[in-house]
Amino acid sequence: MALLEVENLQTHFRTPSGINRAVDGVSFHVNEGETLAIVGESGCGKSVTSMSLMRLIPEPPGRIAGAIRFAGKDILKLSDREMRAIRGNDISMIFQEPMTSLNPVLTVGRQIRETLMIHQGLDQQAAEAHAIEMLTLVGIPEPKRRVREYPHQLSGGMRQRVMIAIALACNPKLLIADEPTTALDVTIQAQILKLMLDLKRRVGAAIILITHDLGVVAEIAERVMVMYAGRKVEEAPVAELFRSPRHPYTQGLLGAVPRLGSSLTGAARRLAEIPGQVPDLRKPITGCVFAGRCALATDLCRQYAPGLEEKAPRHIAACHYAAKGAVAA
Amino acid sequence: MLSYILRRIVSTLPVMAIVALFVFSLLYIAPGDPAVVIAGDQASPEDVERIRQSLGLDRPFLIQFGSWVWRILHGDLGTSIFTNLPVSTMIGQRLGPTLSLMMVTLLLTIVVAVPLGVVAAWKAGSLIDRAIMAFAVFGFSLPVFVVGYVLAYIFALELEWLPVQGYTPLTEGFWPWLQNLILPAVALGCVYIALIARITRATMLEVLQQDYIRTARAKGLGQGGILFVHALKNAAVPIVTVIGIGIALLIGGAVVTESVFAIPGLGRLTIDAILRRDYPVIQGIVLLFSFVYVLVNLMIDVTYTIVDPRIRY
Repeated sequence: MALLEVENLQTHFRTPSGINRAVDGVSFHVNEGETLAIVGESGCGKSVTSMSLMRLIPEPPGRIAGAIRFAGKDILKLSDREMRAIRGNDISMIFQEPMTSLNPVLTVGRQIRETLMIHQGLDQQAAEAHAIEMLTLVGIPEPKRRVREYPHQLSGGMRQRVMIAIALACNPKLLIADEPTTALDVTIQAQILKLMLDLKRRVGAAIILITHDLGVVAEIAERVMVMYAGRKVEEAPVAELFRSPRHPYTQGLLGAVPRLGSSLTGAARRLAEIPGQVPDLRKPITGCVFAGRCALATDLCRQYAPGLEEKAPRHIAACHYAAKGAVAA
Repeated sequence: MLSYILRRIVSTLPVMAIVALFVFSLLYIAPGDPAVVIAGDQASPEDVERIRQSLGLDRPFLIQFGSWVWRILHGDLGTSIFTNLPVSTMIGQRLGPTLSLMMVTLLLTIVVAVPLGVVAAWKAGSLIDRAIMAFAVFGFSLPVFVVGYVLAYIFALELEWLPVQGYTPLTEGFWPWLQNLILPAVALGCVYIALIARITRATMLEVLQQDYIRTARAKGLGQGGILFVHALKNAAVPIVTVIGIGIALLIGGAVVTESVFAIPGLGRLTIDAILRRDYPVIQGIVLLFSFVYVLVNLMIDVTYTIVDPRIRY
């Protein structure tokens, strides 16, 4: 059985100008110990999806529908108290902004201790000892001194390490990392990714990695789900997706990645861009969500939304033409 | 830190000197000749002249000022023209009631206003929020003496729960002391509570939008821990600032409140001294209040470093 099963997730927001369907009917699953990457451009609903899994969407104006089964239980049906017992304990989260995600007026130690004291019932001393252990684990030098320091005394990379220490303190079964490396220097990015993978193996946690960085995806994900305009448009094992992307949007994403040093080796090519803009999610969309920007779009696409179909083993995509010429494109 | 506090205390000296100069000039700026007032209606010009000389009022301004400051630095605030008692003694007798009133008001304000503001921010836009803010506007627009008399009428005269007026020193028991202070403190605190509840709400609203609040939620913290530990501590700097500024408000309000509730405090002494043109007493009180205010400001700055570790001096 999968650790997490999401079925027809719909997260909508009421706005003055209509209902924003930020996530509209997304289904996926994560197996125990697996790493699933969710990719897509800004505003595609990947962050809202992750926040929905933690039920961190303010309701109202938000509303979450569908089913999110974690270890067999639908967490959308849990009480607030039961949900709090899961947050930070069974499912924990790392955010994009290490500079602002830690509380500036509480010590690092206190912020790690807190989860341990709430969820594991540790007393102050035991939690402190565990906090120091966690800081050592995430590779922070002089952990005994650092626990007593405040976030502003740490660099961005250090702070993200602290966030990871907090997230992993209670040995969660699922770690949701929402663009964990986006705000960091490239050299630090690699360190943080390596750290996450090491710890994941150690703790045996599954990871949902939210990112728009395909380099990161290739590096650590096992399976990839591509989102566009609040929907899932493609899903495949990582090697398969990079080798033969089926959906024109995914192909566009891969084409838009610059290749290092390509202009020096003479293999230079113009970076492919995806023309146009994401459709307004407050208006009903008929047909394929990507039709407005797709070079292959026909009247069929504009009138009938393609369903998700298995185009190859374990490889699904929502495109009328994916099985045909699009593969070769 | 200690050296900062010392430096701050030293730097208050010029401030106090300017205040002293201003206070001393009162004697010259204000209309009326104190010598004439003291001598009374039937005095001859010679009597007035004699009194003037004994008070040193005939000497040049700067010399008078110099000797006045010199005496103050030695702890001598002068002698009341009216009662012939040392000013420091008179202030000492009246200090207890005023300090008690201000302490009780301050405590009441913080205990009531901060939670109100926090709840209003948490439930922003709801009925509770609107009720709290309506109360704040109401409290802000009612003068102390109106609230004072209404409270005295309802709770003292009609319900007879609390004494109408007067003051009992703390040495005669905690409850008798507090009993006399409840109504004045509520009357005096109204404006203050409204002000601090508003500031707390505004600051909390901003803090609750921050990323670290989302982190706290993601950790599985309860609403209480999020509001009163993670958020309130971040909102503390502006709140502490306004509480400090409010102490100036309290000093002014105490004068009126003490009149309404017949509390024999510094406020009453001030009014009496002004009516009698008792300059040494007026000067002594104003100097004391300025000193208290400077001290409060220092305390606020020190409090900043406690609530926000990023602030270091």
